[in-house]
Order: sequence, then C-alpha cells, then structure tokens
Amino acid sequence: MEEELKVIVFKLGSEEYGIEVDKVQTIERMMPITRVPKTLSFVKGVINLRGVVIPVIDLRGRFSLPESEYTDQTRIVIVGVDDMQVGFIVDSANDVIDIKSSAIDSPPEVVGGVKARYLRGVAKLEDSRLLIMLNLNEVLNKSEIVQLESVEG
Amino acid sequence: MDMNQYLSMFIDESNDHLQSLNENMLQLEGNPEDLGIVQVIFRSAHTLKGMAATMGFEDLASLTHKMENVLDLVRNEKLKMQDYIFDTMFKSLDALETMVQDITEGGQGKADVSSIVASLQAIENGEMTSGAAPATENKPANASIASAVELDEFQYSVLDQSIAEGHRVFYVDVLVSEHSQLKGVRAYMVFDMLERSGEVVKAYPSVQDIEQEKFERSFSLYYITTKEAHELEEGIMSISEIESAKLIQLDQETLQQMANQVAATVEGPPAPTAVAEVASSDNNSAPKEEAKAAPAKTAAPKQAAAPSRTIRVDIERLDVLMNLFSELLIDRSRLEQLASETGNNDLSDTVAHLSRVSTDLQNIVLKLRMVPVDTVFNRFPRMIRDLAKTLDKKIDLVITGAETELDRTVIDEIGDPLVHLLRNAVDHGVESIAERVAAGKPEMGTVNLRAFHSGNHVFIEIEDDGKGIYRDKLLKTAIKRGVVTEEQGAKMSDDEVNQLLFAPGFSTADIISDISGRGVGLDVVKSKITSLGGNVTIHSTPGKGTNFSVQLPLTLSIIAAMLVRLGSEKYAVPLSSIVETAIVQREQVRNIHGNKMITFRESLIPYLSLSEVFSVPDFNDADEQETEIVVIRKGDRLAAVAVEEFIGQSEIVLKSMGTYLPAIEGISGATILGDGQVALILDPNAFIK
Repeated sequence: MEEELKVIVFKLGSEEYGIEVDKVQTIERMMPITRVPKTLSFVKGVINLRGVVIPVIDLRGRFSLPESEYTDQTRIVIVGVDDMQVGFIVDSANDVIDIKSSAIDSPPEVVGGVKARYLRGVAKLEDSRLLIMLNLNEVLNKSEIVQLESVEG
Repeated sequence: MDMNQYLSMFIDESNDHLQSLNENMLQLEGNPEDLGIVQVIFRSAHTLKGMAATMGFEDLASLTHKMENVLDLVRNEKLKMQDYIFDTMFKSLDALETMVQDITEGGQGKADVSSIVASLQAIENGEMTSGAAPATENKPANASIASAVELDEFQYSVLDQSIAEGHRVFYVDVLVSEHSQLKGVRAYMVFDMLERSGEVVKAYPSVQDIEQEKFERSFSLYYITTKEAHELEEGIMSISEIESAKLIQLDQETLQQMANQVAATVEGPPAPTAVAEVASSDNNSAPKEEAKAAPAKTAAPKQAAAPSRTIRVDIERLDVLMNLFSELLIDRSRLEQLASETGNNDLSDTVAHLSRVSTDLQNIVLKLRMVPVDTVFNRFPRMIRDLAKTLDKKIDLVITGAETELDRTVIDEIGDPLVHLLRNAVDHGVESIAERVAAGKPEMGTVNLRAFHSGNHVFIEIEDDGKGIYRDKLLKTAIKRGVVTEEQGAKMSDDEVNQLLFAPGFSTADIISDISGRGVGLDVVKSKITSLGGNVTIHSTPGKGTNFSVQLPLTLSIIAAMLVRLGSEKYAVPLSSIVETAIVQREQVRNIHGNKMITFRESLIPYLSLSEVFSVPDFNDADEQETEIVVIRKGDRLAAVAVEEFIGQSEIVLKSMGTYLPAIEGISGATILGDGQVALILDPNAFIK
C-alpha cells in the first residue's frame, strides 16, 4: 500500500527540506524576536505568537551551517512535537507537495553538511530535485542541547 | 441509567460529608455529651448512606449503615460515647475515605471492612438494651401498605434537606367523602391545589392510582411548602366532598421516625403518637412549636456552616477565563500606549475607563480562583489527633484565619509542605508529657496554625510551645553531617543557624521516627515553597517554642512588576522583591576582593551588572557615569542590579517559555508587553546567593 505524505518544503541555502504538514502549525513572516540570554547561539530568542510565547531557533545554526542575513523571504516555521512548540527560522518556505513514502530513501552519511541523525531520509522528486526529510524528534532533542551546553559552557 | 454524570457530583458531595463527619466527630470527642453534634453526624452519615446506595456502592452504604446504627443508639441516649467507640468511628471514616478514593480513581469502592463492621456490631450489641428497637416493635401489621408509604432514601433526603433549609414538610392524610362519585377528580383537585404552592414528594397510593380512582377513601402524601398548616387545611377543606384533611408538620426527628416506623395510617387509624397533630384551628400549636424548637437548635450549626450560595465550576473553565483575561490585559496595555501616542482626548478617556473596568474585572477573576485555606487546613485536626495518640502526647491544635484566601494553584501545592511542618512541630517541637511536666509547662502542648494576609502575601505560621531550637545542638549536628564547617558555624547568627534546618540531609531528632526525622523533609519543604515564589523562615526561643513562618504570593498568574530597559531590551522585575530604586555614581562602585560593591544605607551590598550577566549587546553600565540601580531583596539580603532606565510599573501576566528551552538562571519566565513584544522576567533570587 502506497502512502502519500503531504510535506511543507522550505529552503536553507540551495538545499530543499521537508517536514510533514501535520507537524507544522503555521508559517510566519519574520517578526521581532526577544533575545534570551545565556542560551545556545542558535536559539535566537522568543516570539509572541498570538499570546503564546514560543522559542525560535535558527535552523542554519542548529545544523552548524553558516548563518545568513534575514531577507523578505525569511520565514519562521512553527512546528509542534508532543507538547513542544518551536519556531524554525528558514531562508524561505513556499511549497506544499505530495510525495510517496516509497520515494524516500534512507539518508546518506552527510547531506549538505547536515548530519544523518537529523534526517529521516531523502526523497527524489520528478525533476531530479532532492528533498531532505527532517527527523523532528532528533532536531528538537533536548538532551543534546544540554550536552552542547556543557561543551560550550 | 447512566450514572456517570452523577458520579462526580457523588464524589464531591461524599468528600464534603466525610469532611464534615470528621470535623464533627472531633468536636464530639471534645464534648461527648453534646447530642446536637451527634444529630449532625447522624444526618451526614445518613445522607452519605443514601447517596452510596443510590449509586450502587453497596459496601460504602452498608458500612455507613452500621455507623448509623451506633450513632442512633448514642442519639437516643442508649449508649455513651467512649474512647474505643471514637476510635472505631474514626477507623470507619478512614475506611469510607479509602472507598471514596477508590471510586474517584474509577474503582467500585469495594474494601474489606469486616473487622470494622464487626467492632461496630459489637458496640451496637454490647449496649443494646431491651427496648432498643422501637422501630421494629411498632411496625404495623399491614406490611404491604407499610412498605409502600415508606420513603426511599432519595425522598427522605429531599425532605430532610427541605427541613434543614427552613421549609415546612407536612405529612397529609386526606379522607374523601364516602358519597363522592368522583373520588379521582376530588383527589386530583387536592393535588392541583397543593402543587400550586409546594411540592408533593411522595403519595400513597401512587399518583396514577389515585387519578384512576384506585383507592378506597383516603390517601396520604408527603408535601413540601412554605405555607402554614392552617392555610393548607382550609384550602383542602374548601374542595367539595373532602371529608377531612389531617396535616402533620414534620421536623427532622419525626421525619426520621416516620421513615423508620412507617406511618401506616392510611386505613383510618390515628397518626403515630409521636407526631403532633394539627387540628382545624391553630390553637394547639404549642406542642408543634416545641417539637420544632428542639431540632431547630441542632440544625443551627449545619445551617450556619453553609450560608453561602455556591455553584461548582470546573477549574479548567476558570483557567480558560484567566487566559482570555490575560489576552485582554495585553490589549489594554497596547491601547493605553496607542492612546497616549495619538493624544486624542476622547480616546484617552475611553481607554482610561476601560482600564478601570478591567482592573475591577481582574480583581474578580483573580478572586474566582481564590479558595479559603480551610480546604487544606480542615484535614489537619484529625491528623494531629492521630499523631498525638501515636506519640503519646497531648496536643491542642489551634487554627486561626482559616478563611484567608489563596490562589487555587498555590492551595493545591501547599498541603504537603504544611503537613510536614506540622508533623515536625508535633514530633520534634512539642515535648513528651513527662518532659513538659518537668519543665513546668502544662501537659497539653499547643500548636498554633495561623493564616493571615499582609500586603501582597499570605502568611501561614506554625508555632508550637515546645522545646525550641538549641543553637549548640543544632550546630553540632550540622557540623557532624558536613553541612557547615566549625568555623562557618561560629560566625553564623542565630537565625542563620536556624535556617540550617532546611539544609539538605539534615535531621536533629535523636531517634529517627517514622513520623518525621528522616532528614529528607525540611529541605523539600523549603524548595517547594520557594518554587511557589514563597519563603519560609524560622524563629525560635529555646525552651519556649518554635515558629515556622511561610510566606506565599497571593497569586501566581498576574504580578506587579517594574519594567526596566537595557539598550534595546526590556526586562520585568517582580515588584515584590524590589526594595527601592536609586542612582549611583561610577565612583561609588567599589572593588572589594574582585567583587563590585556599593554602600547602601550604611552597609555594603553587591553590585551586579545586568548587562554583563546577560551579555546585553547594546548597553554596558560600565560606560556610564551615572547608573540606575534596582535594589532587590531575598530574605534579608540585598543586592543592587544596574540597569539603563526604568520604564515604569505594570501588571504583567506570567507566560511559560515552553518546554524546549532549558531553565535559564536569572530568568523566571516571560510576559507580553503592550506593544506585543516579549519581555523576560528576572528571577531576583538567582542574583543573591
């Protein structure tokens, strides 16, 4: 039985990434972010999303990619996993597509500098585009933050 | 029938009844001769039994029934309350509580209570005298009719409640003329007349039977109304072809007897002797008055206890209301800001009015969530009684200020810490009887539990008149346990030494008892109270007693705060921890041992650069000649926090920062300002170590 997945597509640099649509709550334009001191560098701070305070992380920073200036295209993708809500700053987000679960291959060791652990797989699309599917649970893994902290601090 | 919708009501009410049983039982223990209290207990037990039977919790009902039997004997002065009876009763109450707990958790309320039932039975039998059961002896011959007029539990409790609420309850006996051709119609007219000014709870024969003329000449009914007996009687007699109407006003006593004895007077024989008969005139109402007066006295405490008219609301709805209201507050701040920017007078006036209204609204919303501390305190007397018995001490728990109100969220959390402090006071504070006598104190130790308001805080004090804290002994233990070194100890003030009790892994009890004294308690108490935004301090006079004072915030969701700015960033400082604000010159900041200090009111206090601690990108107080400082307090220690500018005071709504971010030292949460921006709330406690 072929499973169809609806996926939100966003860009970091030239790579395209995908998150299942049911994990995404909204996509927002860039908005003022309140800096939170004494956290990791990729945690940009917190935003007020209609009365709810939500932490925002720069996905480039999370994947140890060089950070870039924010532009008109920059978006905050609000994802929700379990009870956790987090905003991802991405270069742009403007597509929703359907892919077949069979089109997703297990990820190679490193894709565009992103470690395999954060990836669920790579989906091949028709016009030879590659879509990198994120493993949200790993991206939002808190124990790793604590580890990173102890290394940095 | 689907019982689920009644279940939560049943649980709530059972808990209420159990609580009142516990309280009254304690009261009775102090005053065993007071039959008034027995009456109250009996009624609670009876209602509980009725509810349990209706809901099908047989074990619960049968145990309550056994208790009721014993109480009945006491009430009728056939049995005197004694220590072992109290113990058995308390055990029964515990068992009942366990059952209700089980039901709450989705169980069937089953429990093995055979031993308790056996001891209740023994009490009941042991004192049973020859004429013990008038109920069974007086039972009339005509059993079928008897059981028909018998009230079921529900009807009984309805009547019982009505009496307690001050309505009149009548037992009405109507005889239709034997020549009447339309008995059914006449009966219907009687019902019609009655139901215009009251409620018929139970009729015999049943209403259908009466309307279909399936009765001989008379019928009887239980009726609740506010009218006088003679008015009713006149009303009934004015219907033609009614030969006689007999009205008997019931009070709780007689109702009870009616329910037990079964008034089988349908066929015409006179009413039970116990009830006062109301004749056609009002002349001989004296006995009725008398009969009413007696139970009125016993009912008084119950009525006094529940004068407030309340509804039960799901706490979640209150939370939703609170959240909505916080949204409103944020918009209000935004509006205020906009109004002052545009300078339109009409707009400013309207916004000012809106602000006043919403301030009132805020007070009400916050009040809705307030619960008297009594909801926590009420289980303590029982606990202290049991503790004192176990420890073989005599202790009087004096509770004052139980009506003091606290936010529901605080109430939910404060129970366990208080239990611990009380156990501590009973176990370690109050001495054994022998010790007390030797010290020239009364045998009976006193533990005071006080709650009172003070400013934006509620204080709860637990004070015992026991042996107090001896500095040397405490220090020795602390040093032995490695909590402090000998040198540190020598330098500490008495208060500081007392605070050592809250250090992790500390216990002064010579013998570790299972009541308290495992040394895991007081530090947990302290951290719990601190996490609630409160504080706990100890004062003690050796030989005289110890006082634990717990300071708690009134509410956890909206706080008054001072907004400060550092460069482009805004922070909120809770007003409760601010002592004052000031301006210091750069040269007043001195370096002592590498720490910056300033002189404040003739003492040196640490000077903290917030811009440094939080690495603020666009401000550094070191560049300024003059610096604004906020002096904050934790306990009696102070510190100065340097900021760039004070913005002003504001009511802020606490918001969680979500679960993703780890706890950040110095930040206790976030709030949303009028301009929609998020501001972080400082945790002053983190700055003073």
